Amino acid sequence: MTINERQDEVIEEFEMFEDWMDKYEYLISLGKELPLIDEAKKTEENIIKGCQSRVWLAAELDHAKIQFSADSDAIITKGIISLMIRVLTDSSPKEIIETELYFIDKVGLKEHLSPTRSNGLVSMVKQMKMYAIAYSSKV
Amino acid sequence: MGFNVNDIRKDFPILSREVNGKPLVYLDNGATSQKPQVVIDAITGYYTHDNANIHRGVHTLSQVATTAYEEGRKKIQTWINAEHSEEVIFTKGTTDGINLISNAWGRTTLQKGDEVIITEMEHHSNIVPWQMICDEKEAILKVIPINDSGELLMDEYKKLLSSKTKMVALVHISNALGTINPIKEIVELAHEVGAKVLVDGAQQVAHAAPNVRELDVDFYVFGLHKMFGPTGIGILYGKKKLLDEIPPYQGGGDMIKTVTFEKTTYNELPFKFEAGTPNISAGIATAAAVDYITALNWDEIHVHEQELLNYATTELKKIPNLKIIGEAANKASVISFVVEGMHAYDLGVIVDKMGIAVRTGHHCTQPLMNRFGIQGTVRASFAFYNTKEEVDLLIVALNRAIKMLAQ
Repeated sequence: MTINERQDEVIEEFEMFEDWMDKYEYLISLGKELPLIDEAKKTEENIIKGCQSRVWLAAELDHAKIQFSADSDAIITKGIISLMIRVLTDSSPKEIIETELYFIDKVGLKEHLSPTRSNGLVSMVKQMKMYAIAYSSKV
Repeated sequence: MGFNVNDIRKDFPILSREVNGKPLVYLDNGATSQKPQVVIDAITGYYTHDNANIHRGVHTLSQVATTAYEEGRKKIQTWINAEHSEEVIFTKGTTDGINLISNAWGRTTLQKGDEVIITEMEHHSNIVPWQMICDEKEAILKVIPINDSGELLMDEYKKLLSSKTKMVALVHISNALGTINPIKEIVELAHEVGAKVLVDGAQQVAHAAPNVRELDVDFYVFGLHKMFGPTGIGILYGKKKLLDEIPPYQGGGDMIKTVTFEKTTYNELPFKFEAGTPNISAGIATAAAVDYITALNWDEIHVHEQELLNYATTELKKIPNLKIIGEAANKASVISFVVEGMHAYDLGVIVDKMGIAVRTGHHCTQPLMNRFGIQGTVRASFAFYNTKEEVDLLIVALNRAIKMLAQ
């Protein structure tokens, strides 16, 4: 699946939710579902400090595709991270660099990616693109 | 005049708006207060009818604007009970006032080995400026610790005081804990060793007028936006004798008497510290804000705010695993709390969806959060226009958020 196909899949899923509570309950369940990152990777080096919540992000290149893992101490932030990873992980650096992320806006979570939220998510998206740029020279 | 919260609320147009489809419940007054219509009208009125630069024009508009702006200074003088109007310096806000003193006073006064005392509950804006000047002058920063209730340990304070102490800089009311500090006693003790005292009154001014002469503080700083006035303007009060001794902080227009390329002589107080064109509309609206709050019945407001504090405290404590951070005996209507196993950000995001505005995070007091071993809190801070019904809505929203997060 391409990144855009995955974005469209998430958008379709969110269309089923009737109100904000359904949406946030889903995010909370996503946030709780899986350990997103190896504890050993929750290092000072991988931390993205937001004013409100902390985010850890790690990336590895495997068969020319980037594998992301991440975590946050806030569960809603973690739920959104889980969506970001689902959309972006296991993609080529080139595709990550070239694809515009529109699904966050479409599913009505744009406010969480506003710099004023300072939850670390804006920096995380930037950092994901930076990893892609760094790895693009290695493939 | 009796105090009726429902009548008061009508003075604040924003309080009747909706947020996320729900009536706004604004409990973030510690961050900034809402503005009554008279303050909004003063700003609009200035730009609509009287816009001109002040202090230098001979034309009518400039005269009108200057008079209105200087009226703000006089109203503040009366409100804080300063002896002279030139002891009232307009700044950009609380932080700006602290930086003015730490720079202009600190650079000329502090010597190597001198000591500056702050407290464990300071906002970053009353920590970092002192760290910077202490680094520069090789002075030493000392910190008064607090107990588990969030009260200053006065015995520890007394032990820190010595002839080396040159400045005690502390908060009047803690923004994160609500603790009201015993300023008068702290000032007396500091003065015994010859130290000066700067008080950060940012949170105080929403709850009562600080009486600077009774407190005998040397410097008192606050912003207008937390006392129902405009943003971008604040006050530095300083004793005249001290302000006369301190050199200017910033150079520019308005602060000079004569300028040649060889030598510049400085203007008198208060203009010596007010370089450049100030925030004129905010200065004019300051007068409107002081007039508005002066007309209120503050004895009744105090009772109302304490009722809100007590009611909210009792109701919050009924929520399982909720812990209040800061339980000082003498406390303003500010409540910080944590819920075990839950992140403040998550709670804040969900209650916002129900129209409730609270603050979450470290409140710019990271050392204080470290003291309590937490990353941050949820903070509900009440103003006189808040109601018991709003406390009820907060509790309902919190219970719902906790249920969602715990599932």
